Amino acid sequence: MKKTVFLGALTVAGLAAGAAAAGTLDDVKARGKLNCGVTTGLVGFAAPDANGEWNGFDVAVCRAVAAAVLGDPAAVEFVPTTGKTRFTALASGEIDMLARNTTWTFSRDVDLKFTFVGVNYYDGQGFMAPKALGVSSAKELDGATVCIQTGTTTELNLADFFRANNISYQPVPIETNAEAQQQYLAGACDVFTTDASGLAATRATFEAPGDHVLLPEIVSKEPLGPLVRHGDDEWGDVVRWTLNALITAEELGVTSANIGEMSAAAGGNPEINRLLGTEGNLGEMLGLSADWATKAISASGNYGEIFEKNIGESTPIGLARGLNAQWTNGGLIYSPPFR
Amino acid sequence: MSDKRADSVAFVRDTFIAEQPAPSSATGVVKWLQDNLFATWANGLLTIVSLYVVYLLLTATMPWIFNGIWNTESLAQCREVLDGSTGACFSVLSERWNQLLFGFKYPPDQYWRPTLAFVLMFAALAPVLFFDLPRKLLVITALFPFTAYWLIWGGTILTPLFALAGVVVGYFVYARFVKNSFAAGFFGAIVAALVVWMLGGQIIPENANDNALLAAVPSRDLGGFMLNMMLGLTCVSLSVPIGIALALGRQSNLPLIKVICVVFIEFIRGVPLITLLFVANVMLAYFFPPGSGVDLFLRVVIMITMFSAAYIAEVIRGGLAALPKGQYEAADSLGLDYPQAMRLIILPQALKISIPGIVNVAVGLFKDTTLVSVISMFDLVGMIRGPILASTEWNGVYWELFMAASVLFFVVCYGISQYSQWLERRLATDHR
Repeated sequence: MKKTVFLGALTVAGLAAGAAAAGTLDDVKARGKLNCGVTTGLVGFAAPDANGEWNGFDVAVCRAVAAAVLGDPAAVEFVPTTGKTRFTALASGEIDMLARNTTWTFSRDVDLKFTFVGVNYYDGQGFMAPKALGVSSAKELDGATVCIQTGTTTELNLADFFRANNISYQPVPIETNAEAQQQYLAGACDVFTTDASGLAATRATFEAPGDHVLLPEIVSKEPLGPLVRHGDDEWGDVVRWTLNALITAEELGVTSANIGEMSAAAGGNPEINRLLGTEGNLGEMLGLSADWATKAISASGNYGEIFEKNIGESTPIGLARGLNAQWTNGGLIYSPPFR
Repeated sequence: MSDKRADSVAFVRDTFIAEQPAPSSATGVVKWLQDNLFATWANGLLTIVSLYVVYLLLTATMPWIFNGIWNTESLAQCREVLDGSTGACFSVLSERWNQLLFGFKYPPDQYWRPTLAFVLMFAALAPVLFFDLPRKLLVITALFPFTAYWLIWGGTILTPLFALAGVVVGYFVYARFVKNSFAAGFFGAIVAALVVWMLGGQIIPENANDNALLAAVPSRDLGGFMLNMMLGLTCVSLSVPIGIALALGRQSNLPLIKVICVVFIEFIRGVPLITLLFVANVMLAYFFPPGSGVDLFLRVVIMITMFSAAYIAEVIRGGLAALPKGQYEAADSLGLDYPQAMRLIILPQALKISIPGIVNVAVGLFKDTTLVSVISMFDLVGMIRGPILASTEWNGVYWELFMAASVLFFVVCYGISQYSQWLERRLATDHR
């Protein structure tokens, strides 16, 4: 019954083959929509609500880029991807950018030919244990049974950590995160290990979150960030500097509350002026309008606001800023200057 | 014996004893219990143990179900209301039922469209499934795919109309040429239909969807149990005819056709469905230029149909092989040509034998449609595992959601299985 569509698509496919070589930025502008790859659902990072609206920490990056390029934070087509389909979706051009809690690694950057434009969340593998177990450090876990997802880097990191500290453990291999939660609650293992943000989100769903502690050790580096394809640096710059604009806005104290006033006229701080386009021509250099960053920041606030709203301490997930604090507050979040 | 009178004779009974009720141990509940549950002491022991297990199960689950909460807005609230007592949090179903059924992007004010299509589905299936109904009702069945397509996807009505026109023209061409030769009619019909579809593709304007009567809904926005139903129904109904063709092709005397069918069947059966789905989603995206790929739903339908067609072909081949050679020879001796022999003698019998197998494949296929959640389509399971469990409100609700999914699937699969049993009884013409 869809044969007409099929045949139509075949002819269109032939015609469009020539046009595909244009830059991603021009494609997005011509389409009027940003195709942004997100996860099929991860608490706090990306999930549709009861009305089908996507929300979350990664989603906010997509919205900011759409606002910067198209002037409308709602002009995003969210393409849900699984861990298995995300890279092909990006490589094949089905999506323009991927903001899907993806760890920046050497092989993904070099071998899979993607450009990670920055880091929007510094994660790392941690441990959760029941308070009743009475451990305060992962190094006291000698002989413990550990629930762990199979086939992930978490598994390898765990082995490395225990070997480096010369202690023994008993792995309980588990297929999915949901199953791992159930097993851990049922007492099938003493400790549950996965990314620290995931642990916090998992703990938030427990009936008695206070009975479980996150151990202080972080045993791996998982810098998560948005990425684009190799070979289109103009587009990579747009995404990179949109993310940097959100970070710089927090550093300079530009929030969604005061941005209207600040962007109305040039103020006393030249960097804010350059960022918000009241001075200089940074927007023009990117191929965007002068107020691109203003729109990006207005979309869902600066980096700190996005963090607080989606995964911060006021939410059920309750993540502390930690490594993700601004560099001025002892964290790693740092943007090159807008100059 | 002292009071025995002299004139007395041996006792002769001249009235019936009033009917007595059977002894309590040989009737009613007691007898049933004795025969079925406590026939021997071993059976009695088993009965008591089983009763105890049932009791344990019920005491564990019943409070959980009947104490369920239906009207809170998040898992945390649910737990507050329950306040430590046992109870399910069914609120997730009452809040997200629409997402479970229709996916999270189907416009809520348009829910009546898939619902109507669902109701029409029964009207369309009835004449096919219950062949005692008047044959004229088959018109509804023939129109259903086009109506349902229009209802669910919306957009311009020209698309389904041209699709329908292609089929009608194809049918007339078939009817015109089939008297000369089946092949001429069959291939002529396909060519004619293709011509009409091509023309239709040219005539329908680019922006026809903009002001259509029913707002267009892209395939990406479909989801929930609706998606499972659509995939299951489309793929089963497409794969049965293809499966028949493949089964006949595999028995063909023409080496080329035979080789093509054998290679297709063996290749598809040698590959897991999930691999084919990844090919549909991932590989095909590389073959088409960005932004112009064939609709994902269509790609998945093609792959699942190919998969189930290969299995159904083997089931039907089993049916064909089970027919005695005499049936083939009888057809030949009547002077029937190949298509006639197949349509009138061989297939009706072979298909009857194959019914349990085909239903088995259909039920399996329907459940396999949940695999599309792996390629980020939001079917029922995809909705649960993705958006619903990932929302901050409902993260941590597992039993309630998966129980709801099981109930939905059970109802459909049990229905299919009951129908097939009825069909077998109805078609039974042998002497038992």
